[in-house]
Formats: sequence, C-alpha cells, structure tokens
Amino acid sequence: MTRWVMVADLRRCVGCQTCTAACRQANATPPDVQWRRVLDIEQGEYPEVTRAFVPVGCQHCDDPPCMEVCPTTATKKRADGIVTIDYDICIGCAYCAVACPYQARSKTLRPTFAYGTEMENEAKRRDDSRLGVATKCTFCVDRIDAGLAQEKIPGVDPEATPACVNSCIAQALSFGDLDDPESNVAQLRAHNASFRMHEELGTGPGFYYLWDRNAEAAE
Amino acid sequence: MSGPAKGYGSYGPKPWQQTSWDARAAGNFIGGGMGGSLIVFAPLFAATGPALSALLLAGLGLVGLGLFCVALELGRPLRAIRVLRNPRTSWMACEAWTAMLLFPVGLAAAAGVTGMVWIAAGLALVFVYCQARLLQAAKGIPAWREPLLRTLLLTTGLVEGGGVFLLTAPLHRSATSATMILFGALVVVRFVVWVAYRRRLAGSAAPGARAALDAAGRILTFAGTLLPLALTAAAAFAGVFALPIAALAGLLAALAGAWVKFVIVTRAGFNQGFALAHLPVRGARP
Repeated sequence: MTRWVMVADLRRCVGCQTCTAACRQANATPPDVQWRRVLDIEQGEYPEVTRAFVPVGCQHCDDPPCMEVCPTTATKKRADGIVTIDYDICIGCAYCAVACPYQARSKTLRPTFAYGTEMENEAKRRDDSRLGVATKCTFCVDRIDAGLAQEKIPGVDPEATPACVNSCIAQALSFGDLDDPESNVAQLRAHNASFRMHEELGTGPGFYYLWDRNAEAAE
Repeated sequence: MSGPAKGYGSYGPKPWQQTSWDARAAGNFIGGGMGGSLIVFAPLFAATGPALSALLLAGLGLVGLGLFCVALELGRPLRAIRVLRNPRTSWMACEAWTAMLLFPVGLAAAAGVTGMVWIAAGLALVFVYCQARLLQAAKGIPAWREPLLRTLLLTTGLVEGGGVFLLTAPLHRSATSATMILFGALVVVRFVVWVAYRRRLAGSAAPGARAALDAAGRILTFAGTLLPLALTAAAAFAGVFALPIAALAGLLAALAGAWVKFVIVTRAGFNQGFALAHLPVRGARP
C-alpha cells in the first residue's frame, strides 16, 4: 500500500512563506485563501523566547472528520490517503469546514482578485467550479498522478511532488510514501522525534512535525 | 505521544470564532427543534381536530423555515438535493431524509388521515435528534463536539416545542395540568443538562466561548428556567388567567432556548486553534 504524507521539520522552517506563495501559484487560489499557511508562533518572555514556524493545511487524515460529515459524498479519501473534494458534487454547506480541527477548508462565494479587478493571469486560471464550494490543499494530487503516470517518484522527482515541497528553501517540507520504509519521509520519521497536530482527536493526520533528534527526545 | 514540554501548554495561535456557520445555520437548529418538538407535543397533549391540524402545520412551518435558513447558507443552493446522498455517515443527510419523510406525513396528519399523527410525531422526534447529532459531529469546535450537547439540544428542543404549545394554549385550549407538569419537568431537565454541559467545557472550550456561554446561561437560568417554573406554578392557582400565564411561561422558555442555540452556533463556536505538542529543539542544548 501507499500512504502519502507530508513531513515538516520545525527546526528547519524559517517562515519565509515561499511554500504559501508556491501553493498559491500552483493552485490559483484566490487572495483570501491559503491552502498552505505558515504560522508564526512566539512563546515565552524575553530572554527565554522560542519562535516556531509551523506549516499547516489539510492534514489528509486517516479518519477524516470532513468526509464523515459530508452529506453529499463530495469529500472522499483515496486508497493512498489523499483526501479529495469533488467540486461538481459539493453543495457548499460548510459542514466539513466546521468539522475540520485544522481549519484547512475555505469557501469563496464570488471571484476575488489580488488588485480588485481581474488581471490577465487571473482570468486565464479562473475556475468558477471552485466558487461556492469547499476547497482545500490537495497535496497537488494532479501532479502526483501525472508524475506517477510518467514513472516518477512523488517526494523525489519534482514533477511528481507537491509545489510547496518543491519550493521550500530550507528543505523543511518533505513528501513521500510512509508505507515505504526506505522513503524519505519514513527515514525522517525514523531518525527524528515527531508529533501530529491534535492527535488526541483520533483523526490520524498525514502530516508529521519533526521537532528533535530521536536520541535526544528519548532522554 | 508525550504531552507538551514542562512549563508549556498549547503553543498555537489562540482559537477564534468559526465563520462558516452564522445566524442562518442557527436558524435551522432553532426552527427545527421548536417545530419538530411542537409536532411531538401536539398529539401528546390531546390536541384534536382543527387545533391539532393548526399545530402540526405550525410545526412543519417552523421546520421548513429552519431548512430555508440553512438553504440560504449553501454555496450552491441549486444542488441542495445532493444533501441526501450520504445518510450512512452524515447526520446532515439523515436530517434531510427525515425532513423529506416528515413533510408529507405531517401534511397527511394535518389533513386528518388516520394514523399519520403518531408517525409524524415519531419522525419529528427523529428530526430533532438528527439535528442534535449533526452539530455534535462537528469535531473542529470544542463546544460542539462535547457529547452532552446532543442531550442539551434534544431537551431544549422539547422545551421549545412545549413552550410554543403553551404559547398557543389560549387558542387551542388543550393544555392541562399534566401538560404543565411535563413542561416544568422538561425545563428542569434542560437546566440540569445545561449545567453539566457547561461544566464539561471548563477545560476544553476557549475563554471567549465560555464567556459567551455564561452570558447565555444567565438568560437560560432566569428567563428560561426560574421564571417559567414560577409562572407554571402560578398558573395552577390563576383561575381564568391560567392559560395566559402558561403562555408567557412557554414563550420565555422557548425564547431562552432559542437564544442558547443561537449563542452556541454563532458565539461559542470557537475552534481549538493550533497546538504544538513540542517546540523545535535547535542549536546547543542546555
């Protein structure tokens, strides 16, 4: 089996938001929608301050609460773990948005443009099927499928890898098959301490955060 | 997985009020609970003939109004029929299916077709239950996913339906002392469930959600519980004024319940923000 997951190394992320920009460019999301966000979290008081940059978005859960509540079956989970939305079926009830513990879903009712009026590039990539429905990170599923069809390896070959991962200047983001013990993501997890967001909710997120070396974490 | 490092709690940005569902969604829960329970109460308290028909139609009207409210919230309202596709796991689809059955059966009952009244009452109860499960299944909102919310929505729905029944009592004159006793008992049960629900949220809901719930709780306590109970007791000794006093009790209890639902959806719907179980360890170690 294959289980596509994302790994974010919190020690490496510098909060440059290149992944956010790359996602916007790759997926033509409207100005007020970010499928890949980077949180800037500051903790403590001077001089004991720690800062962390945390990439977030759809966690492509094992047991996605968004899929369970969806009344239309627009939200589905593929065998490889990617959670998808069929824009032609979605009615835009936003039940999935309130069911998602990761605030990963957006609904845009009307076209919005970066500078008020529609620019040429925005007109070219305008997709009205995404208006009035739920949208979210797809793990760039089209790139993955197209890459696999060309016998590329997602997470290794850029042609088959999500745009945010390709763009990361610090190699903080990685993508790959968790079920393959030799994959990059499996190796990263094996050699580092990791956690998943809101794991207590039992959603089984497909997004791992590395925070320390394994040996240190074990102490 | 180990918990947060010592001295740290949640590192994530603070929770914020969800904006996906607003007053229109709240209107669905208010209309559905009130109308559905009215359809349960009408035959239960021996309303008959034209009064029963009028109450059933009023109940269906309230349910329909609630569904209309939620239809206004859909991004693609012309596709609304697709809401029926997933009753296997989605309580919203179950709610829609129940409504699809409730309306023809309810109309048949209002038209006087024999045997339909109790089927309509049963379907109406299922409808209210579906709504309670619907909101509680929203895992992203701590104040909603609390299991006691189901009981709270069910009991407040029944109180609201009973309240509307009493509100209209001067017209249909079907309210008896048994009605008042059951209504009073439901008001007490709702209050007990509310207190338990609020206590369960002490450690999980965001401060903003707790503040909104506390403000609504004060209204529920005084206007939705103490006053209706006092009025219900007073109605027993009020002679010719019994029905108007009971109507006032019903109105207060119903409005307080509706307000609590409105607040739960639109003001206590804080998500849980983002939380890091660990902060990244960089550079030299202490």
